[in-house]
Amino acid sequence: MTAALDRPTSVSPESVSLPKRHYLNSGYTVRSWLFTTDHKRIALLYLVSITAFFVLGGIAATLVRLDLMTPQADLVRSETYNKLFTAHGVIMIFFFLVPSIPAVMGNFLVPLMLGARDLAFPRLNLLSWYVYMVGGVFTLYALLAGGVDTGWTFYAPYSSTYSNTYVMATAVGIFITGFSSILTGLNFIVTIHKMRAPGQVWFRLPLFIWSIYATSIIMVLGTPVLAITLVLVGLERLLGLGIFDPRLGGDPILFQHLFWFYSHPAVYIMILPSMGVVSEIIPCFCRKRPFGYEFIGFSSFAIAAFSFLVWGHHLFVSGQSIYAGLVFSMLSYLVAIPSAVKVFNWTATLHKGSISFDTPMLYALGFVGLFTMGGLTGLFVAALAVDVHVHDTYFIVAHFHYIMVGGAVMGYLGAIHFWWPKMTGRLYPEGWARLSAILIFVGFNLTFFPQYILGYLGMPRRYHIYPPEFQVLNVMSSAGASILGVGYLFPLTYLIWSLFYGKVASANPWRAAGLEWQTPSPPPTENFARTPVVRHEAYDYPAIDNQQVEEGLR
Amino acid sequence: MTIDSHTHVESPLAHQFDDLEQQRAAADLGMWLFLATELMFFAGLFLTYFLYRLNDEAAFAAASHHLDVVWGTVNTAVLLTSSLTVAISVHAAQSRDQRKLTQLLAATIGLGTLFVAIKGWEYHGKYQHGLMPLMGLPFRWDVDSTRPGAELFYDLYYVMTGVHLLHMVIGLGLMLVLLVKAMRGGLLGDFATPVRMIGLYWHFVDVIWVFLFPLLYLIGAHP
Repeated sequence: MTAALDRPTSVSPESVSLPKRHYLNSGYTVRSWLFTTDHKRIALLYLVSITAFFVLGGIAATLVRLDLMTPQADLVRSETYNKLFTAHGVIMIFFFLVPSIPAVMGNFLVPLMLGARDLAFPRLNLLSWYVYMVGGVFTLYALLAGGVDTGWTFYAPYSSTYSNTYVMATAVGIFITGFSSILTGLNFIVTIHKMRAPGQVWFRLPLFIWSIYATSIIMVLGTPVLAITLVLVGLERLLGLGIFDPRLGGDPILFQHLFWFYSHPAVYIMILPSMGVVSEIIPCFCRKRPFGYEFIGFSSFAIAAFSFLVWGHHLFVSGQSIYAGLVFSMLSYLVAIPSAVKVFNWTATLHKGSISFDTPMLYALGFVGLFTMGGLTGLFVAALAVDVHVHDTYFIVAHFHYIMVGGAVMGYLGAIHFWWPKMTGRLYPEGWARLSAILIFVGFNLTFFPQYILGYLGMPRRYHIYPPEFQVLNVMSSAGASILGVGYLFPLTYLIWSLFYGKVASANPWRAAGLEWQTPSPPPTENFARTPVVRHEAYDYPAIDNQQVEEGLR
Repeated sequence: MTIDSHTHVESPLAHQFDDLEQQRAAADLGMWLFLATELMFFAGLFLTYFLYRLNDEAAFAAASHHLDVVWGTVNTAVLLTSSLTVAISVHAAQSRDQRKLTQLLAATIGLGTLFVAIKGWEYHGKYQHGLMPLMGLPFRWDVDSTRPGAELFYDLYYVMTGVHLLHMVIGLGLMLVLLVKAMRGGLLGDFATPVRMIGLYWHFVDVIWVFLFPLLYLIGAHP
């Protein structure tokens, strides 16, 4: 067992104390944070700003749900309502979901998982945070100055010609933020290619890295197309061009093609990193190697590749040709294959595993359930004929919230809880954390399941006033949203509490595999005292456990 | 990078890399990826152009006849020459020839500026002929049947060449930074990476023009 020497070992809790020198105490000034090039500190900058945006987007959602408790317009006027759901969509998608796991967990983990000292371009990494913040400020300015009412999709020519709201400022904000996404993706791809420690070959990489790599490809190739689309909308407003305006010879359908060429792959920017997180958590909490490691890895690339071929399913009822609709429908079904590969592999990993239901595992299991639900209803909307019935109804709202909230947010929270001890060196109160995971799961389902029924019965999305027979389901949904809101407040509270009063964590509290657990918690600025040399396969869980049994017998 | 020590001797190797070879490979891959994103950015414009051209071939051909092929050709020659000076300047930086590097960077800036000036001159001519349907300016067009298509052509002409011109101006700014550094004796030998990277960017912008020029000026042009 010579090779077992550098495997992680458990340390008895009494002997644990925070390391003397780590990345958090390497400087306390504001300057040391705002001008840092340390990927771990930049990850925390992102964590704080992204959480702020999440709260803002959540407030907008709360107001929308409050207003929909009654069939009439009681709380706000229709114009305000339009601005509210637009604000909710814009903030949550461009400022929370797209950057959440890549920018926070990716920044923190990618160099650690590769055994590198930092990302390939640390200053570019800091720049991408500043770019994100500048974009955010522009968008917040638009919201404070009076809001936008186009919906987050900015369909032309309404957005380019007719809307009298702050479309320009919002578009500029999203355009700028896009560059943050591009720079982050670029940095990750180069780092994963060029900065791996000796022995860290492709097929020993954690599955989180595979999924971040696939995500980065979408970010790098998709985001510029959204950027040019927004430039065209902006120029049309500013200079009076007619590129999307049919009055001047333009074609509004072209806008939808260009927009969804980015925005459909963007859904996979949100969900792929979560899948990576789940692929880390499930093997750890059932003490098994992931079933079909290569399949889980390659299915990430398959999803990334298919993501660029399916945008047309957003245009089934927009006037594209029926033949285009047929082809896009067929291509959309293909995404189910790599997605199912993942779900079946996770399930097979669980099979006969010795499962423990710690908080990250609860989130991971919640993810699998909700993602499956959202994915299966994705098949409904990929079917040309069914989509004509449910298009732009609450069925769609429920479907993409199951993927984007049920999937991406569960994955994000799972990741935060799994790597929190590594990021901060502290443990959170497990009981409270489990309770909040369950609350979020229950609240989520109560919020969004009724919306499937609402949509199937015919309630259109984005409507402010609805027939009274839809009220019961809407009240259920709003009640669920309040439970969900409370569920979100819990982690916000106990995680901050744990920073000061939480138990000190060992280097590897979950006895997990992976290089990031082989350095102290929190890690030193240079990540590893010596560059690690990788001699083991990824996720060598049975070996880790056997080694501990041997140590116990000794 | 250089904040923390007083006795700091500037090293070409950044702290996160093990050796210069790794650093060079990372810079190369990063720049090519960035250029891939730029390509996708322009691809949106090319797609738009192709679709509308297919949709109204006659109008686009008629509108493109009013572009000045001679000045377009001169500009293409100017730009390709600047690509040559950039290519040699990368070589000069790597072989530590400071004098040659400064001269070639200055030449590149001169040629780039000439390109921008000629483009501006062309825009001015179009403005005088009433072919600039921007910001409510009148669009004077005598062939009635092709009017909406022709206007769309000019919309796209200004967007495509305008976005390209913006890239040229950014490139000129970067070249100026390089020139100042080169005059101070930097960018030589192991420090040549910025010249190589910005050089790649410059070539890319040239390549985009090589596609824009035939699409806008030459397709369907009368002999």
